[in-house]
Amino acid sequence: MCRLAAITSAEYFSPLENIHALETMKEGHDGSGMGLMLKDLGGWAKPLKKYPVLSGICTRDGYKKVKDHMAAQGFKEVHSWRPKIKPVPGITHRDVYFANFYDYPSKYRNKPWEEKEMLLLNTRLALRNMVNPPQNGDIDESIVVFSFYPDVITLKEVGDPLTLAEYFGLDKGEELRARIILAQGRQNTNYGINLYACHPFFIQGYGSMTNGENTAFVPIREYLTSRGFPGYIGYQSDSEVFTHILHYVHKHLGYPLTYYKDVITPLKKADMEKRPDRDALFLMRQSLRMLIIDGPNCVIGFTPDGTTFMVQDSKKLRPGAVGGAKGKYALMSEECGVDKAIPERDKAKDIFPMKYDMVVIPPGAEEARVWDQLEGI
Amino acid sequence: MGPTGRDIDHNHELTLKEFPYIVRWRDDRCTRCGQCTAVCPVKAIVPDVVTERVVTSEGPVPTPRVARRTKEIVRQVRDMDRYCVGCAMCSLVCPNEAIEPEFNPSHKLLHFKNRGGDAYKRGGRRNDPGVSTLDRIKFTRISMLTDPALDAGRHEFHIRSFLGRILPPEGLPIKAENGRLIVAKKDTFVPPVREVYPIMIGSMSIGALSPTMWEGLAMGVAYLNEELKMPVVMASGEGGMPPRLLKSKYLKYYILQIASGYFGWDEIVRSLPRMQTDPAAIEIKYGQGAKPGDGGLLMSYKVLKLISQIRGVPMGVDLASPPTHQTKYSIEEAVAKMIQSMSMAWGFRVPVYPKISGTKTARAVLNNLARNPYASALSIDGEDGGTGAAYNVSMDKMGHPIASNLRECYLDLVKQGRQNELPLIAAGGVGKRGNLAANAAALIMLGASVVSVGKYLMQSTADCLGDENNRCNLCNTGRCPRGITTQDPKLYRRLDPEKVAERLVEVFKAADTELRKIFAPMGRSTELPIGMSDGLSIDDKAMAERLGISYAC
Repeated sequence: MCRLAAITSAEYFSPLENIHALETMKEGHDGSGMGLMLKDLGGWAKPLKKYPVLSGICTRDGYKKVKDHMAAQGFKEVHSWRPKIKPVPGITHRDVYFANFYDYPSKYRNKPWEEKEMLLLNTRLALRNMVNPPQNGDIDESIVVFSFYPDVITLKEVGDPLTLAEYFGLDKGEELRARIILAQGRQNTNYGINLYACHPFFIQGYGSMTNGENTAFVPIREYLTSRGFPGYIGYQSDSEVFTHILHYVHKHLGYPLTYYKDVITPLKKADMEKRPDRDALFLMRQSLRMLIIDGPNCVIGFTPDGTTFMVQDSKKLRPGAVGGAKGKYALMSEECGVDKAIPERDKAKDIFPMKYDMVVIPPGAEEARVWDQLEGI
Repeated sequence: MGPTGRDIDHNHELTLKEFPYIVRWRDDRCTRCGQCTAVCPVKAIVPDVVTERVVTSEGPVPTPRVARRTKEIVRQVRDMDRYCVGCAMCSLVCPNEAIEPEFNPSHKLLHFKNRGGDAYKRGGRRNDPGVSTLDRIKFTRISMLTDPALDAGRHEFHIRSFLGRILPPEGLPIKAENGRLIVAKKDTFVPPVREVYPIMIGSMSIGALSPTMWEGLAMGVAYLNEELKMPVVMASGEGGMPPRLLKSKYLKYYILQIASGYFGWDEIVRSLPRMQTDPAAIEIKYGQGAKPGDGGLLMSYKVLKLISQIRGVPMGVDLASPPTHQTKYSIEEAVAKMIQSMSMAWGFRVPVYPKISGTKTARAVLNNLARNPYASALSIDGEDGGTGAAYNVSMDKMGHPIASNLRECYLDLVKQGRQNELPLIAAGGVGKRGNLAANAAALIMLGASVVSVGKYLMQSTADCLGDENNRCNLCNTGRCPRGITTQDPKLYRRLDPEKVAERLVEVFKAADTELRKIFAPMGRSTELPIGMSDGLSIDDKAMAERLGISYAC
């Protein structure tokens, strides 16, 4: 079972806070990977918010291909961030870790946002497809790209989170800052250890990470890949579907965020009857049946507007704790992670979402709201 | 005696070795009560008298005396028209364990069972004692140390499915308003969908089944729904339903079948205005797994008063259902019209779906239905099951196994992104060797939304004697010794409908437990694992490749 550490704040903060929280939950991850996803960037990246950021890892040759491809597509690099690598034992060095900020190709500059967004997605997919297809779960890691979106940086590597923080030089100075950061310490359970299997996952402004095994993975994967949407690919990890379901439900279908919970863990018929929106729920229950998750899962994610949330599987078989105070909240796998991230808080107000709960923290981390699926409010 | 002596040497008579069952009768145990010969449904054994030469000797020195005396015996006849079917009713009634039929694996029934040029017709099921594909499939994805497995006894399981055309999410008439979804466009057609138990009772008609058998199943279905809240539905088979049931509140548990003979539909149509509730669905039968391409025939001696009333025909006439619908011209047109007409009769409130026999052309049918917004499902009936009566060749040699047929249809829907829109109902050999839940779960994981079962239920709820070695299989003759497929009161009174109902409930309760025992270790409880093919393995590489599942050995 992996461990998750998310923080949302009104102020910019360092991902080290997430990593230190992960460290307190160390029994729950085995160093098979760490992923960081930063949204709403601060510090040096603040003036660059409007530029899409391509985050990834490449070999030297791969990186050259990426640069060439981006140039050929008309993307103009405005800034390139590279972590200050400090070699440490236990971490296999790769050639290039990068987060490159680009200006849009000139013909896209005045296009509507939807078109730009599709361009970014298609560009990321094209880069991803420039390598050999996965074989027996192994991927060609000469070009690995995690996200390409404004104001979002993703950093992933195989190894222990704290060691990786040192490796990436995150403990030095004012490297990276953001208002929302998701971090995952991976406990590999079922699929191969590779960079694409590492959480958090991202698609068009939506990011999420999960712990637990998703036993309904294959039917969900088949359903998503058959939607005809180019971004629904990958699935080196069974948890990637949670991000894509979020995208499908919230962005594609336009349902309010709380219906994500109703889609992945629908109520029983008798409980649905009591909801004021039961007519819609009954129809959704049928039409979105293939997206119902199973197995023990705790999902933490964010939407493009900066709302963060936590939901549990229908039996609450995974732990999860949310705590904090106005302006800063931590969403963690375990209480000790919350303690580490936000020690100064009223612990009595901590939330341990149960099977019908969805914790939603609006942008700015003003408050943590608990939405009750049974009541629909 | 003829001049050639042919009557003496019995040259044109068959020996018992040609017969599929040889009756073992024990002189020393027989009390000559006559029950066995009376009960034999095919008169394969008869009481007979033979003369016996007995040599006795009394006194201190051998003084043999020859005497002749007559003796009553039970004799097996050597007439292929009266061959022993192995039902073993003789053993059942024998008070002294003096008689039993023994299967003869080297029999030559099919060499001779065509006297008069009549191809062999029989009742029952395909005769195939081999292990089916479904029985070779194992559930190999067990959640254990990577994540906690579920507890079949403690956790809540949702073992339900949908029967009916399901709209794609984009087509739902809902919209967000003040953070809540509401049904907005009231005029959008939302096809009817039923929540059902994923194992349903396949079509067995009243007429083919005896009144007591049908009543027993019907009572069991009502109990499962009303008392245990298990939404088990049952298909009527061709031939309608008793008018009282048509007008009862229980009609919602039944799927009305219309087949090529349209039997029973006069009464159904007449009852329409007085129906309290809608049926679960309408099944249009185009084919049947037991006898693809063969029609139905209800023999005249089964068409007694009740049947003639329900079917709206005179008593004592053969009722033939043609192999094909006479109005069927093409799938684009006639089938669509049929679906639409049936939908219209119930105001588009009832799912209407076709049933076909397993065939290589199933995908063509499927793709046509996928484009028809009124088609509610596709039922595919594979070759390995069936409760029909037909020509032996139709039952044994025609048809397509269900596993790969279903799988290719499901994957075709996946390719089109319509795997949740058109439910697939799979049938054919489910529970053939007793593994009802395991076979059903395998089909569900291969892509079935609902699994339809007939043969297993007949065997398990009414002690049907049939097996894969052609035992009994007298369903077509009206002489069913158990009273399951007969309209003869003397025979059907043997069957207690209460017991059938009780057994049906037991069977479903047990299957439900077994399904949980399968789904729990695989970590599935929130939703039926339709298409969860990563949970399956099979011990044959070619089969694994064909089904798109893993090979395990």
